[in-house]
Amino acid sequence: MSITDTEYKDALLRTGEGMQKTLLAFVDELRLVGVPVSISEVLDALSSLSHIPLSDRTAFKASLGATMVKNAAHYAAFDAAFEIFFAIKPFESVEGSQTDELEESMKEDSDLSDFLQSGEQPGPGGGAGDTDVQALLESIFEALLNDNESEIRSGARQAVTVFASMEPGRPVGGTYYLYRTLRGVHVENLARRLREAGRKEHVGGGDGDAAKPGDGISALEERLLREDVDRRLEKFKSEVKDEIRRRLVDDRGAEAVAKTTRKPLLEEVDFMHATSVEMAELRSMINPLARRLQARLAMRRRHRNRGRLDVRKTMRESLSSGGVPLYPRYKHPRPSKPELWIVCDISGSVASFARFTLQFIYAIQLQFSKVRSFVFIDEVDEVTDFFKTDDLGKALQRINNEANVVWIDGHSDYGNAFTRFYQRYGDQVTKKSSVIITGDARNNYHSSEAEVIAELADHSRHLFWLNPEPTAYWDTGDSIVSEYGTHCEGVHEVRNLKQLEVFVESLVDH
Amino acid sequence: MVTELNADTAGEGAIPATLPIWKSLEDVSERLADTNYVPDDQIASVIYLADRLAKPILCEGPAGVGKTELAKSVAAASGRRFIRLQCYEGLDEAKALYEWNYKKQLLRIQADQAKDHEWNEIEDSIFNEDFLLTRPLLEAIWSPEPVVLLIDEVDRVEIETEALLLEVLSDFQVSIPEFGTLRARSQPTVLLTSNNTRELSEALKRRCLYLHIKYPDIDRERAIIQARVPEADEALADQVARIAHSIRSLDLKKAPSISETIDWARTLLLLGVKKIDAVTAKSTLNVLLKYQSDIEKAERELEIE
Repeated sequence: MSITDTEYKDALLRTGEGMQKTLLAFVDELRLVGVPVSISEVLDALSSLSHIPLSDRTAFKASLGATMVKNAAHYAAFDAAFEIFFAIKPFESVEGSQTDELEESMKEDSDLSDFLQSGEQPGPGGGAGDTDVQALLESIFEALLNDNESEIRSGARQAVTVFASMEPGRPVGGTYYLYRTLRGVHVENLARRLREAGRKEHVGGGDGDAAKPGDGISALEERLLREDVDRRLEKFKSEVKDEIRRRLVDDRGAEAVAKTTRKPLLEEVDFMHATSVEMAELRSMINPLARRLQARLAMRRRHRNRGRLDVRKTMRESLSSGGVPLYPRYKHPRPSKPELWIVCDISGSVASFARFTLQFIYAIQLQFSKVRSFVFIDEVDEVTDFFKTDDLGKALQRINNEANVVWIDGHSDYGNAFTRFYQRYGDQVTKKSSVIITGDARNNYHSSEAEVIAELADHSRHLFWLNPEPTAYWDTGDSIVSEYGTHCEGVHEVRNLKQLEVFVESLVDH
Repeated sequence: MVTELNADTAGEGAIPATLPIWKSLEDVSERLADTNYVPDDQIASVIYLADRLAKPILCEGPAGVGKTELAKSVAAASGRRFIRLQCYEGLDEAKALYEWNYKKQLLRIQADQAKDHEWNEIEDSIFNEDFLLTRPLLEAIWSPEPVVLLIDEVDRVEIETEALLLEVLSDFQVSIPEFGTLRARSQPTVLLTSNNTRELSEALKRRCLYLHIKYPDIDRERAIIQARVPEADEALADQVARIAHSIRSLDLKKAPSISETIDWARTLLLLGVKKIDAVTAKSTLNVLLKYQSDIEKAERELEIE
C-alpha cells in the first residue's frame, strides 16, 4: 500500500499544474462515455482537492466521485476512467519477450468466462525458468490462502511480468494479456487447492485425503467456502487487470487506452449485441428498474385528477376549525387498468430482446388488470401460464423448452404466426386490450398477411410494435416492418434498457 | 413589518460561520465509529468534504444500508441537534417550512371581538411568533446552534416542493409575507436520502455531493455486527456476515438489509447459538427474509432444506 501511495504522490508532484490538465482530460472522457459533468461540478471537484491529502488515493477518488458523478449507474464508467487517467506507475516497466503467433490471432474480446470454466491448459512461461514459475505459483497460492492483500498484489504483478509477455506498442487489448496471465497461473488449479485447504481447516486436522464435499463439512459450509475462494480469486484477478492497465497506460498514454476500453453505459447497451456478461448485468437491472417504475406510476396515478370533492370528509375536517372548511378533501378515483397482450418473436437474434420485454412487463404486471403473453417463430403459442410462478427465470426457461413455436422449419414467418394467432385468439381481443408485438419483422420473404394486423388494430384498444433494430435498418433486406407499422399506433425502436423503460412508462399512461 | 424576530440575526451579512466539525479524515472515521457506525473510506471522505465545502450530501442506495442511520450518527458524533424532515407525496410548504396556527388565530380573533379593537391591532397581534408553527426546514436554519438536518426520501415529494427545498438550502432565508424575511442563524449540516424512484432535478444534484452507499463487504458487515451486537463473538459475527452476503447474491424480491442481519445476529444470540448449522439457519431465516418465495429460494440455494 505505502509504495503505491508514495508513487502516486510523486506522480502528482511531477505533473504539478499538469494535474488540472489530467483532470480536464478525465472529464472529457467521462462526457464521452455519457456521464454528464457540468462546469460547476468540475469546479467543485477542483476545490474539493484542496481539502484532502492528495496522497490518499481513496479519498482523492471519493472526492472526484462525490462532486462529479451524481448517478449510481454511472459509477462503473467513472471507475474505469479513473483507473486509467490516475493510474499508479506500474511495478516494473514492460519487458520484451517472444510472441506467440497462435495467440496473436486470438480475438481481443474473447469471452473470458468460458476459459475460466474450462480451465487449465499449460501455457508457455514467458521465458522464466520452470522452478521460478513454480515458486511464483506457490507464493500466489500462499498469499490467497492467507488472504494477504499486499502479497496478492505483488503476486499479481509478478504474474503479469512472467506470463503476459507484454510488449510496447503492440496493438492488443488488455483482455488478451489478462487471458494469458490467468492461463499461466492455472486459476482453476488454484481454486481447487484453496477449496481443499479450506475443507481441511474445517474438518479440523483430520487426514487431508478424506476431504470431499459432504464429508465432515455441511453443504452450507461448502457453499460459503466456495464463495470465499471465488472472492479471493476475484481480488487476484482485479489486481492482475489493474497491473495490465497500468502498463498499457504507461506504454500508450491514458487517452489511447481509454479509447480502446470505452464501453457504453449499461442502460444504453444494445440488446442484440450484448455480451453474456452484459446480459447477466442487464437481467439483474430489470427488477430494480421495474420496482422504481412501479412506485413512480403509482404515485403519478394517485396524483393525477384528484377526483371530485368529498363533501363528507371536508365537513368532518372543518369541525376542527369551527365549521370553516379550510382544507377541501377529494375522492380518489379508481383508475382503469389496461389489459395487456404481448406477442413476441423469439427466433434467433431477437430472442434476447423478447426475454427482456417479457421480464420487464411481468415485473410490473400489477399495473395491468391482466397480462397475456404469446411467443412465435413460424407458429404461435400462448405462454401466460408459464408466468404463474414467482420465478421468472424458470418461466423463461419453460418457454425455450415447452412452447410450441415451430410449424415448418423454425424460420420466422410473421404472416403465418399472425394468421394463426388471429384465428385462435382474435375473438378474445377487445377494446380493453392493448397489444404489443415485438420483433424485427424479418420475414424471410414470406407473405406478410398485413391485413390480419389491420383487423387486430381495429379490434384492440392500442396496437404497438417494438423493433430491436436501429431505425436505419428498418425495411432493408427482408424486413417489412413498415407494412405492419402502418396499421399500428406506433412503431418504436427499443434497443436498450433506457428505451424499454420509456416505452413501458408511456404504455401505462395510455 | 420587521419584528423583533429577525432583530437578532447578523444583519445583512452572511450566516455566522460555524467551525468545521471534523479535524481530519481519520477523525470522521473514529468519531463515527464511537457512535457504533462503521463507515468505509468513501463514506468518511464524503462526510468530511461536505463539512469543508459546506454542501449538502445526497445519499442513495438500497433500502436498509444505513442512510438514515448515517445522518443520526453524524449528529451524535458532532454533538449537534438532529432534525428530520420525512418526505411524502403531498408534502408542502405548510408541512416543510412553516404554517400559521389558524385555529389559534381564529380563537384570538373571537376573543378580541369582545373588546373593541382596530383591525391593525388585531392583525399585528395574530401574525407574530406565538402563532407561527415552525416546521423542520425553518427550524433547522433558525436554530441558534447549527443542527444536522436529514431530509429523508426526497424522491417522494413533487418537483415543486423539491425546488422549495433547494431555494431554502441555497439562500438560507425564508420570506413570510405577513411578517418579513427570516435569515438563517446558523448553517445546518444537510443530508438528503433518496430511493431513486424518480430522477431528482439536475439543479438539486448539481448542488449536492453524491454518496452511493452499497451493501457492505463481509469485513465491514462483520465490524458492524460486532459494533451493534457486542455480545456476539467474532466467529458468529463472521458467519452471519458471510451467510448474509451469500444470500444477497441470490436473485431475491428483497435482499436482507443491514438492520435485518443485526436482528438475525441478536436472534441467534438469544437462542444461544454458537455456530450456525442448517437447522438453526432454516428455523431463523424468516428474520432475514420477508417473502415466502425468497425464503424458499434461499433454503434451496444454501441447501438447508
